[in-house]
This record gives sequence, C-alpha cells and structure tokens, in this order.
Amino acid sequence: MEITNMHMLIPGLPLLAFLINGLFGARWIKQEAHWIAALAVAVSWVLSVMTLLKVMQGHTYYGDIYTWISSGGLRVSVGFSIDELTAVMLIVVTTVSTLVHLYSVGYMHGEEGYSRFYAYLSLFTFSMLMLIMSNNFLQLYFGWEAVGLCSYLLIGFYHQKESAARAGMKAFIVNRFGDFGFALGLFLIYLTFGSLDYQTVFSAIDGWQSPAISLLGLETDLATVIALLLFCGAVGKSAQVPLHVWLPDAMEGPTPVSALIHAATMVTAGVFLLARCNAIFNLSPAAMAVVAVTGALTSLFAATIALVQNDIKRVIAYSTISQLGYMVLACGVGAYSAGVFHLYTHAFFKALLFLGAGSVIHAVHDQDIRNMGGLFKHMKITAITFWIASLSISGLPPLAGFFSKDEILWLAYSSGGSFGKMLWATGTLVAFLTAFYSFRVIFRTFHGEFRGEVEKKDHLHESPASMTIPLMLLCAGAVGAGWIGLPALWGFENHFAEFLKPVVGHVAAEHGNYSHSEEWMIMAISVAAGLLGLGLAWAMYARKTDLPERAAGAMSGVPYRLFFNKYYVDEIYDYLIIRPTVWVAKNILVTVTDGLIIEGIVNGIPRSIGRISQWIRKAQSGVLHHYAAVIVFGFFIMIAASLIWAGGN
Amino acid sequence: MIPVTWYMMLSAAIFCIGIFGFIARRNVIIMFISIELMLNAVNINLVAMSHYLQDMRGQILVFFIIAVAAAEAAIGLAIIISLFRNRATVHVDEIKEMEG
Repeated sequence: MEITNMHMLIPGLPLLAFLINGLFGARWIKQEAHWIAALAVAVSWVLSVMTLLKVMQGHTYYGDIYTWISSGGLRVSVGFSIDELTAVMLIVVTTVSTLVHLYSVGYMHGEEGYSRFYAYLSLFTFSMLMLIMSNNFLQLYFGWEAVGLCSYLLIGFYHQKESAARAGMKAFIVNRFGDFGFALGLFLIYLTFGSLDYQTVFSAIDGWQSPAISLLGLETDLATVIALLLFCGAVGKSAQVPLHVWLPDAMEGPTPVSALIHAATMVTAGVFLLARCNAIFNLSPAAMAVVAVTGALTSLFAATIALVQNDIKRVIAYSTISQLGYMVLACGVGAYSAGVFHLYTHAFFKALLFLGAGSVIHAVHDQDIRNMGGLFKHMKITAITFWIASLSISGLPPLAGFFSKDEILWLAYSSGGSFGKMLWATGTLVAFLTAFYSFRVIFRTFHGEFRGEVEKKDHLHESPASMTIPLMLLCAGAVGAGWIGLPALWGFENHFAEFLKPVVGHVAAEHGNYSHSEEWMIMAISVAAGLLGLGLAWAMYARKTDLPERAAGAMSGVPYRLFFNKYYVDEIYDYLIIRPTVWVAKNILVTVTDGLIIEGIVNGIPRSIGRISQWIRKAQSGVLHHYAAVIVFGFFIMIAASLIWAGGN
Repeated sequence: MIPVTWYMMLSAAIFCIGIFGFIARRNVIIMFISIELMLNAVNINLVAMSHYLQDMRGQILVFFIIAVAAAEAAIGLAIIISLFRNRATVHVDEIKEMEG
C-alpha cells in the first residue's frame, strides 16, 4: 500500500522537535525543552503502534515521496518501506526513545545545555527512524551516518570534559573503518544491480547466480564480497570484534544516552542491516560463517572483560557488546528472526539496566561498584527493576531474555554439524558468564554494606518519579516482551518468527533432524548455565567470603590481567594504528605536505605579487609633469601610428 | 573668404601652446589655463570644420564642450583652492602625495 502522511509523521515529528529545540532552545525554551521533544516522540510512538496494528493485519507499505538524486542512470528517492521487520523496529525505537525522554526529565534536570540535549535526542530519533523506515540503501546509509553523528554529539555532550570529547571522536573514527566497507558494499550493489531500491535489488537477487570473481588473488564470488562489505558496516555500528573499542568509551555520555543509543537502538542497527539484507547473506555460506564466528567471538570476548570491570556502566557496556554478539551469531546461522527477537527483548532489559545504573549513579554520584553496596534498602524500585532485568538477561524463564536467548542457542545448535555445536557451546558459556557478571554488579551494588564515603550514606535516596516510572514500564517489557515469541516446543506457535517470516524467511523447517528431547535439553542447559552464574556470583560476592580476592590472586597471572586490561586491544591499536598515523601526520603531512607544498603555494603567490608590485610602483612618481609628459608622448605615438597605418593602406 | 586651413593652423598653434604650457610651467593655475587653451583650440577646429562641411553637428558639439568646460573649470578651481588652503602653494613640484 501507499505511504500516507501518517507514516511520514513518524520521523517527521522528532525532526520538527529537533528544529524547534535546536533553533529556539538555547535562548527561549531552555528548561521546558522536554515538553516539545517528549510530546513529538510520544505521538510518533502512538503512530508506530497504529502502523504495527495495520502491519499485523497483513498490510505493508512501500513508496517514494521525493526524488532525491537523479543523475544519469542513478535515481535515488526518499521513500519509506514499512514491512514486518520495520514495524518491530519502529516499536523498539519509539518505545525506548519515549521512555528515555521521560527519564531524562529527572536525570538531566538543571543541566547546562538541557535544550541542546533534547535537540540531539530528537535528531537521533529522527535519524534512527529514517534508517529503519528507508526503502533504499542510500537513505539507509544517510540514517546510518546521522545516528553516528548524534552518537558523537551525545557522547561528547559534556564537551568541557576532555575524556568525553575524546570518546566521541573515538566512536566516530572507529565507525569510519566499518562505514568505509559499508559504502564500498553499496557501490558494488549499485554496480551489480543498477539500483539502490530494496524492491529492485532484492527481487533481482531472487534466482541470481553470483558470478565468481578473483579478488587480490583469492577466488571468491561477488555475493560473498558484497555481504562481507555490508557486514563491515555492521561490525562498526554494532561494536563487534575488532571494532568494538568505541562502545565502552561511549559511556562518557549521559546515562540516558547510553540506554537509548548505545544499548537499545543505534548499536542494533548492524543486526537490523543483517536481517534486512538477508537475501544477500543467504547467497554466501562463507560470509555467513564469518558473521557467525564474529558474533560468537565477540560475545565471549566481551563477556570475559565484563567479569572484572569495576565501572557499573562499563560492565553493562561490555554486556551490550556480548549480547550484540549473540544477535550477530543468530544472523550468522540464518536465524534472523531469532536475532531480531533478541534485539527486541534486549532493548527492554538493557535499557532498563542502563537507566537503573543511571538511577544508582544519580544517588551515589559515583560509577565504581567498589564504592557501592547496600543500596537495596535506600532505592527499592531501582533495585527490584535491576534484579528483574538481570534475571531477564541471564535467560531465566519466564522472563523476556530467556525466550530469545534460548531460541538463538537452539538454532545455533541445530544449524548443523560440529560448527553449530561449537557456536552453541560458546553461547552457553557466555550465558553462564553473563549471569555471573550481571549478579556480581547486583550483589556489589545493592547488597552488603555501603562502602562509599560516610557523608554520602545519608544522602542516598530513591530517584524522582520521572525516573522510576520509565524503570517500571521497561520492567514490564523485560518481563513480558518475550511472551509474543513463545517457542513451538511448548505447544505455542512462535508468533514472532511467524510474523517476520515474510521478510527474513524461516529457519526452523530446515532443522527437522533434531528431536524434541534435544531441544528440551538445550533449554535446560541454558537455564542451568544462568542459574550457575547467579549462584557463583552469590557465593563470591554476597556470602562475604574472600573468594574474589583468592580467585583474582589465583588468576593474577595472565587471564585476570588480560580481562582487566580488555585484552590490551586499545594498546595494540595505539601501537599499530594510532602511533604510525600520528607519526605520518607529524613528519610527513605537517612538515612536507603542509609546511613545504601548501605553505609554499599559499605564501609564495602573495610574496611574488608583492615583489612585482614593489618594482612597478616606481612608475607612480606622484609628479604631475611626468604624467602629463606620458599623456602627450602617448598621444604623439598614437597619432604617428594612425598615420603610418593610414599611409600603409 | 578665409581658407579652412588657416583656421586649422590657428587651432593647431593654440593647441601646441596649451601643451607647452601644461608641460613646461609649474604653476598650477597656468597649467589649468593651458588646459582651457587646448579645449578652445579643439572648439575652433570644430567650428571651422562645421562651417566648411556645412554641417551643424560640429557647432552643436561645441556648445556642449563649452558647457562641460565651464563645469570642469569650476571643479578644477575648487580643487586648486582647496589645495592651496592645505599646502599654501600652487607649485606642483612641491605636491607629490601620490608617489608610489
């Protein structure tokens, strides 16, 4: 069906709110900025729900509204495509965005740049909606870059703080690496299919025989190259190994931003891209294997780092990377609907974890869990919602995280061969680690005795209602969001997977060789892994043993230091990439290119003009008779010339 | 009937006197008068030719030149007076403000 004005309003209203707050916020609106921004995104949410209901009745929408570029054979429109995948993403983005807008009223109250903050949030929401609603790759890329820009602006929101400004730059620059590949992928798609529209490209792929090509001496085929280039973009945006380094640093931004951008929405754009381009990825088993391995590696890698971090937001950030790894792993085994399902449940419990962490930070004014403890009796709502979110992320039934995580693990296990079993084993290990570090945070933060400064203890308090209400609403999502995808094993139809089937196809049918008992076993193992992690965390951190110290002591050798220092990835990048780049910049670009060539041209031209002028100016003697003589002499020459010329004829 | 060449010779003579005066003298008033001489030499030439060719256009042009010359004289004298007030001299060698 055709796109209507209602659909255009979904991204349009946040854009309008951005313009109003951006233009008039600093001078006139100031502390009232949240009214405009929150109202706009709340209406977007209502419209998204209405759209979802329509989509659930089987309507999908596709249409161009404006010709953006028309140049030779290249025609790109601004247009929208609303199908089942987009509808799910719409709900995720607008729901979390609305709640974060509401939460920020309390969290950011009285901050300098309050209206700027809301302007950026609105711009982000607009960009994210453009990304997911796009009907062509270029508009997707526009949204992709625009959310990156908003991420940069919001990470560096406290721009007076040097670490925040640096973190913003890091996020932006690391994403350049991924987006470079993504852009090349788009060029290849255009060269191959002659269009960037989803419909044209995806219908052309149907039944397309990917030609074999030779790239740098490697024999491969075109689909693999395109898929891997697109995956580059996803690796950057979704913080997969090896481009994950920006996300932990992004925690320099305000906590609501971490919840919205760096947990629930923007970082999941990579998973969205994989699901959206499933037709391309399905053509290339090699690329799929790369995707699956990257996802599994990332989830394990980030989970081990999260075990030993002491900054509450950093633990959650590594947890986000780990969960994103899960989603990518799911896409890698072809279980796109499971990946998107996890994206959807993860948005609720991870946003809740971040907002809960923000509530804790709001009370303690510290992010180090070593200086917390015993907060349960001071802030009950925060503590209980945090507990539920952690149970959910640990994959314990019947919370949302259980259903999505179990589906991913089962589909990984059943995706075939020892490769699938390895992926499943990694995933299960990560599930155990996830439960462990999540409850490590809980026991260190909410239980035991308060370990911070004494004078802080009297000021511990629950956060205002504008912060606790979003917590409770998200908590409902963290509990119940998974119930729309109850597994077929339990005698339900998996509604979520069925819903997404028109976009991403179905995988379960291909895995008919496995018995129900195996599926029950996988489920039991994943729950057991979660419970084991919980129990170990309880034993180590709640039962006042000296176990953590002894464990750290026992591991004080290589593993502990490796985890604590994040596998030295930042240091390796510093050594391998940053230092050579800075060296080249200082010794070649600054001294040779800039100092000699550019300065030479820029300064040389005016200098030579000056020199010539010094010489010519002597003609201007200022003596009137010289001028008169020149006039008369010139007159005689002209007369003489005209006489000679006339005589010549 | 005086032949037209006589007029032209008169005109050329006055023009050359003007040029000589303009180049040779240092007093700015005299230079100014020399310019007027050159202008009137041109006027004589125009009138003589107009009569010789039996064409009124030359004489009409002369009227314009006289009118413009009047305006030019007014401006020129104003500049000279202003110059004198500032520098207390009419000797052009002493005025080299525009030297490059």
